Amino acid sequence: MPGERESASLADLLERILDKGIVIVGDVRVNLLDIELLTIKLRLLVASVDRAKEMGIDWWEHDPSLSSKARPAGEVSGGGDRELAEENRRLRERLAALEAAAEGKEPGS
Amino acid sequence: MTAASVADGTAVYLYGVARGLDPAALRGAAGVAGAPVRGVVEGGLTALVSTVRLEEYGEAALRANLEDLAWLEATARAHHAVVDRAAHAAPTAPVRIATVYRDDARVAEVLAAQRARFGEVLDGIAGRSEWGVKAYAAPGTPEEGAPDPGGGLVPSAEPLTGPNPAPSPDAPGSGAGTAYLERRQRERRRREDAGRRAAERAGEVHAALADHAVASRHHPPQDPRLSGRPGAQFLNVAYLLDDERVEGFLTVARTLADRLPGMEVEVTGPWPPYSFIDTADATPARGPEDV
Repeated sequence: MPGERESASLADLLERILDKGIVIVGDVRVNLLDIELLTIKLRLLVASVDRAKEMGIDWWEHDPSLSSKARPAGEVSGGGDRELAEENRRLRERLAALEAAAEGKEPGS
Repeated sequence: MTAASVADGTAVYLYGVARGLDPAALRGAAGVAGAPVRGVVEGGLTALVSTVRLEEYGEAALRANLEDLAWLEATARAHHAVVDRAAHAAPTAPVRIATVYRDDARVAEVLAAQRARFGEVLDGIAGRSEWGVKAYAAPGTPEEGAPDPGGGLVPSAEPLTGPNPAPSPDAPGSGAGTAYLERRQRERRRREDAGRRAAERAGEVHAALADHAVASRHHPPQDPRLSGRPGAQFLNVAYLLDDERVEGFLTVARTLADRLPGMEVEVTGPWPPYSFIDTADATPARGPEDV
């Protein structure tokens, strides 16, 4: 059986191993927020990319640590779409930052 | 971490806990970073461990390494290889990946302190194994169609400037905007129909298999780029089977594809029972015990 295990697909493996198993707190404590982030990232990779895109989540296309795996070389999607999405993302970030700043000022004076 | 282990620069990686494991089962086993695997035995339980360097498995290092997909894959495969080997020899409960202790003495302490909990988990999986079943729409099945390229992100077909038809005052809903919305609605309906059909077939497959299983757990469908096969995946379930029901289960799984045309079924296993370790309390990832 070991030979067969060797070929377990990465998707099958990660969805089983990543957040499964008995959780006991080790002596080395990893920042849990970071693990949570990782879990979310991989869950998205493992889950349907199309569905994630429907939700407007496409960060992996911009995440250098994942894009090589997530996006086979040579695959080209509409450049226009990509730019628009990127601009959209930047604008949303700016909006969030402005809103946060405005909120911070409001209650004081 | 104690001053001693920091000076030493090593720690102990825990893979899982087995009950009544023959020590010979671990002979020659290699764990993460290629280190030899050994058993820490305490009251009938065997903790599967190997030594790791803190510079790779310390807190800061783990935080960085876990974000590295290549490192994560290597660690996940090594973790799995150890758990899988033990699971073929004795009931084995995996622990979460990257569970690291100071030394063997600490691991023995944890085994003693968590004895009842490990016992419960092991009772639930003894004499059982996990099997994965994924169902795909056979490539070329029209209803599954191509994934819609728009993805709902970009209304790309709408000209942003140029000769838009002037909206007539008595029909404020007409024009490019309405056409766009109608197109979106049709698209959504088409997808919903396909989704409904897929859900129905998924239900049939699952119903046929669930009878043979002690428990089941649905996983989200995998992306084709990770699953490595074309065709929409509409079912991805793990089943926990009593050892004596495996054969019957596999027979049913094999006949499903014939009974439901346009569908392909992939079975993987046996897996260690990863999906059936109680993870209800796992989300916060901070056990109240073991301080």
